[in-house]
Amino acid sequence: FIFDFFNARLHFGCSRMQMYPLEMEGNSNPKTTNKPKYSKFTQQELPACKPLLTPEIVIAAFALIGALFVPIGLASLHASRQVVELVHRYDASCVPVDDKVGFIQNSRTDKTCTVTMTVPKYMKSPIHVYYLIDGFYQNHRRYVRSRSDKQLRYKSAAHLTSDCVPEGDTADHAPIVPCGLVAWSLFNDTYTVRVNGVVTQVNKKDIAWKSDKNNKFGKNIYPSNFQKGRLIGGATLNESIPLSEQEDLIVWMRTAALPTFRKLYGRIEKDINANDNVTVVIQNNYNTYSFGGSKALVLSTASWIGGKNNFIGIAYLTIGGLCLSLAMGFLVLYMVKRRNFGDPSNLSWNR
Amino acid sequence: MKRFVYINDESYQNDYCDNQISNTKYTLWNFLPKNLWEQFRRFMNQYFLLIACLQLWSLITPVNPASTWGPLIVIFAVSATKEAWDDYNRYISDKQANEKKVWIVKNGARKHIQAQDIRVGNIVWIRENEEVPCDLVLTGTSEPQGICHVETAALDGEIDLKTRVIPTTCIGLDSEQLHKIKGVIECPIPDKDIRRFDANIRLFPPFIDNDICPLTINNTLLQSCYLRNTEWACGVAVYTGNETKLGMSRGVPEPKLTAMDAMIDKLTGAIFLFQLAVVVVLGSAGNVWKDTEARKQWYVKYDDDEPWYQILVIPLRFELLCSIMIPISIKVSLDFVKSMYAKFIDWDEEIYDQETDTPAHAANTAISEDLGQVEYILTDKTGTLTENKMIFRRCCIAGTLYGNESGDALKDIELLNAVADNSPHVIKFLTVMALCNTVIPIKSPSGTISYKAQSQDEDALVNAASNLHVVLVSKNGNNAAEIHFNRRVIQYEILDILEFTSDRKRMSIVISDSQSGKIFLLSKGADEAILPLAYCGQQIKTFVDAVDKYAQLGLRTLCLGWRELSLEEYLEWSRLFKEANSALVDREWKVAEVCQKLEHTLDILGISAIEDRLQDGVPETIEILRQSGINFWMLTGDKQSTAIQIALLCNLISSEPKGQLLYINGKTEDEVARSLERVLLTMRITSSEPKELAFVVDGWALEIILTRYKEAFTELAVLSKTAICCRVTPSQKAQLVKLLKSCDYRTLAIGDGGNDVRMIQQAHIGVGISGREGLQAARAADYSIGKFRFLKRLILVHGRYSYNRTAFLSQYSFYKSLLICFIQILFSFVSGIAGTSLFNSVSLMAYNVFYTSIPVLTTVLDKDLSEKTVTQNPEILLYCQAGRLLNPSTFAGWFGRSLYHAIVVFLITIHAYANEKSEMEELSMVALSGSIWLQAFVVTLEMSSFTFLQFLAIWGNFAAFYVINLCISTIPTAGMYTIMFRLCRQPSYWITMLVSITIMFF
Repeated sequence: FIFDFFNARLHFGCSRMQMYPLEMEGNSNPKTTNKPKYSKFTQQELPACKPLLTPEIVIAAFALIGALFVPIGLASLHASRQVVELVHRYDASCVPVDDKVGFIQNSRTDKTCTVTMTVPKYMKSPIHVYYLIDGFYQNHRRYVRSRSDKQLRYKSAAHLTSDCVPEGDTADHAPIVPCGLVAWSLFNDTYTVRVNGVVTQVNKKDIAWKSDKNNKFGKNIYPSNFQKGRLIGGATLNESIPLSEQEDLIVWMRTAALPTFRKLYGRIEKDINANDNVTVVIQNNYNTYSFGGSKALVLSTASWIGGKNNFIGIAYLTIGGLCLSLAMGFLVLYMVKRRNFGDPSNLSWNR
Repeated sequence: MKRFVYINDESYQNDYCDNQISNTKYTLWNFLPKNLWEQFRRFMNQYFLLIACLQLWSLITPVNPASTWGPLIVIFAVSATKEAWDDYNRYISDKQANEKKVWIVKNGARKHIQAQDIRVGNIVWIRENEEVPCDLVLTGTSEPQGICHVETAALDGEIDLKTRVIPTTCIGLDSEQLHKIKGVIECPIPDKDIRRFDANIRLFPPFIDNDICPLTINNTLLQSCYLRNTEWACGVAVYTGNETKLGMSRGVPEPKLTAMDAMIDKLTGAIFLFQLAVVVVLGSAGNVWKDTEARKQWYVKYDDDEPWYQILVIPLRFELLCSIMIPISIKVSLDFVKSMYAKFIDWDEEIYDQETDTPAHAANTAISEDLGQVEYILTDKTGTLTENKMIFRRCCIAGTLYGNESGDALKDIELLNAVADNSPHVIKFLTVMALCNTVIPIKSPSGTISYKAQSQDEDALVNAASNLHVVLVSKNGNNAAEIHFNRRVIQYEILDILEFTSDRKRMSIVISDSQSGKIFLLSKGADEAILPLAYCGQQIKTFVDAVDKYAQLGLRTLCLGWRELSLEEYLEWSRLFKEANSALVDREWKVAEVCQKLEHTLDILGISAIEDRLQDGVPETIEILRQSGINFWMLTGDKQSTAIQIALLCNLISSEPKGQLLYINGKTEDEVARSLERVLLTMRITSSEPKELAFVVDGWALEIILTRYKEAFTELAVLSKTAICCRVTPSQKAQLVKLLKSCDYRTLAIGDGGNDVRMIQQAHIGVGISGREGLQAARAADYSIGKFRFLKRLILVHGRYSYNRTAFLSQYSFYKSLLICFIQILFSFVSGIAGTSLFNSVSLMAYNVFYTSIPVLTTVLDKDLSEKTVTQNPEILLYCQAGRLLNPSTFAGWFGRSLYHAIVVFLITIHAYANEKSEMEELSMVALSGSIWLQAFVVTLEMSSFTFLQFLAIWGNFAAFYVINLCISTIPTAGMYTIMFRLCRQPSYWITMLVSITIMFF
């Protein structure tokens, strides 16, 4: 009967062969057929490249990444080291040891404080003057949303203070401009810089983003009812200067994403030589004492990478080194214990 | 419950519904509430609605509520629009059907009305090629014999014409009388069984004496059928509107849930719990920090006396912040890729059957992944493994075996000689072959006769008989049949048909010879249903041997017998038969009982053997699928020896040295129990040996086992890779599927006939072969294919790809949502645990529904291995079967990956953008770009093959991210005005991005 079965199969083979002429006939006179239309897409046969992660490619890729990253890391690190940076924390030294909070909250105490630094290296202008605050949550949800961007921009929107709680309106329901906690807590320490005893101008023009000055803060909007409440937060504003020119405010209102941040105070447009003495007279007004934060004054030059930041350079060097060593390791493995590629005997069910 | 229909009686008011068909799910008024209600029944939607509502509370919302409401409304609108469109189309087609003009009889005259105004009891007239507007009981046709032909394709998918006859009491009524006919029809309340209509009709005087006449489904014209080859027909409306058989059987089948969907649901639940844990932990931590630290932060200005609900504010903010953990896009993405899988099946040229012009079709678009996870295939034999193209090959008449030499009895000289010699045994045998069936001969104008048969076996027998010069020429309605034999015309009157049922396994027909007036019972059926009925003293041993012999050749055998009836016996029986046939309850059972009273002391004439060839490619397909770890069970109505023979032929079982077949048999419970015990013992012992074990069980033993020894049998089912169950009924097939399902196996049932429908619907995946037995199975199935061999491609290619793709897509969807969520959580640690969102609303929304959803959709084009490789190494399917690509541990891997990536992106961002650069908008954009870069590379790394569409989606999307954000950066009112320009000018931005992506290599 096996023969019988064979016959049947043979027979079937023949009948299939005969179908081709029939099919051609069908093509000549348009006959409807349910046959799916052929296209590469419908048959899932679109030309595709199939990158295979062979050992060679993996080794080459790691080596390439390593070779690319190490120089980038070195360049970044170099740029970062070119930056000369002076950081001087002054919050502790500028207040009496006992009752710091009482001292800072008392409006009658003299808060002048003088600090002296020695410049270790030649600093090329422009030298950026930053204030650094630590432990200040400008990103706190209650704080960061307490502002009215419309009010800052449009004269007619002065009354839009609903987002600004609890610093929206004064006690007699007049809108505060600029409203909100962010503006209210504006930083108010001031610095006067002397280099080798000579008063040096700290340029406070163009410290804010140009786009903010032009588009986010109105030219015809003047502060009103600001810092008139029972509690004074931070700095007061000159009511005769429009918001677009209040650059300290604009800088402050670019809220920081991290609790430690630096904000631009101004620029010294004069080079400072090595071993020069920089004396800064600080009006230490801003209260970071009640929440245990710290303040520091930063003088820094800049490079293409920005301020001093070794992180990127180190990260690149680490990853580059890691890639290179992995490439080496794989290469050794590849040499020592080589395996045939695509060998089906390695499949789990064949072993 | 019964329904009484008074024919054509205006005075009788009934409160049955009118004939307005309504398939629509909604009305104009209830659409919105009902559709919303349906959509909100899903847990995910409820979840998203809750989140969206919480976001309306501005005190707690971290982002603009639009970022959740937007996508939510879009998703809802898309589903609703689709539903509305479908429903509108249904409404239009309903309207067309309802407003179609039909003729009914009113006050004795014909009247043209709209179909929807037909009432129960009306007489409806239909012309040729018209659609039947409601369920009718036939009362008259244009044909003098009282028959008409209908096409029932819309009802059951079968394309052959079916004959419908008018009830005997209505025969002979002319068109005039039909207008005035009065009477009552007693019928059951509406049901959905399209094969049954157990009713009675009684016409009122003056038409006929007060006689009750039974009605069956053969006397009906059901809604949606078409009248063919008949000039006109008329009938009484019995069921109307949505109460028709079609209307009742309408309805959405229970949706099938794939193993993957279940797993995804489970994982979603796990993520939800994780989210709650995060909310509780961070919420309490936030409250603690607020009370200890934040009150010292004077610039935050917390009030000292707050309302009580303030304690909830921070936890709820975290709930909202973490709500993106469950990706809103996953359902839409899954729906999209699933419908693509189904389309790819529909479009596949390689599973298009040229012979029958049938493409594969995925009726259920949601379960393609299950195809890749099949563990058990339960297959029918006839028509599924075999071609169901029956050819009469051999026969055994009165002890002589014909066709042994040539393998074709029709060419056997001996048989031809016997026919020529008028050998009485042979003539009787052929007469039974020609008459004992329900075949309809159709005479074409050219004089050739073709046969319409519902059973392929009958078709083969009638054709063989006609080749042997016993030609069935015509059969008129319910009585006369004409046979030509050697230019002699023999008239018979068919008195009764004792129909075939799968329980009786035989059919009989009572005829009377018009010349002699003698009455005969002709029977044919399975050997075990006929041979025991032989008269005492007949030697049946030769027949038993012949049956065995044929079965070993894999032939289907039928046993033919006859008996002459005395007139008294027939009349006596006929009365009982009529009574049983008019029964309204348990009619089938009662009829079977009565039939048994006639079918005894038969004269066995012989055995016919019909060949049913294996389909092309069946052995190879089974071989490959078994290699891939799928277990096969063959469930067939055929007898044991035939089944085993076919199983051997198609590689299902191996012969002795390699394999072993264990029989479970027995007639009594004890025997079966012992046999089962023995087989189980052998199975347990040899399960470690590399021997292919299979067990065989027949329907009788199976019945006992399934009721009594289910546990032992379940154990056997787990141990045995192969099983053959023969002589099983449709319900047993379904029971076996259920049994395997209860053992947590993924089952696929494949079949071609009406007897497979139940198992197809029961199984996780039902595959129907659009075969010769009609489309019933194919219509009930989730997938329909033309040939068994296409199953290989369906499972190994489509199933496997679908599984792999969905596994990636679903886990990736969670990964990317978790990634962004973890970054938010990490950010909360440096923002005073107050629930500040690092990202702005637009970015968050775009990230989830756009930047990360589009590229991954191209995973539908991903092919990890070529189709050829998969077919060559079918064992690879094991990975899908065992669910190795989507399970809690792979998910944990993705979870860890997202946590790792989030930590890396966050740390790099806050260190690279520290000090004077730590501006909120910039830092958020750097973190977002870092995530986007990672996404693009993760998708690239995880995909195996890239067509231009994938390149376009991944890198086009990547470019789109920059284009879109640069565009937003030009809007002065936007929060991120100029941000992107500033960043793109900074070398440190690009350097940071580069270092972020290398992270994924570690």
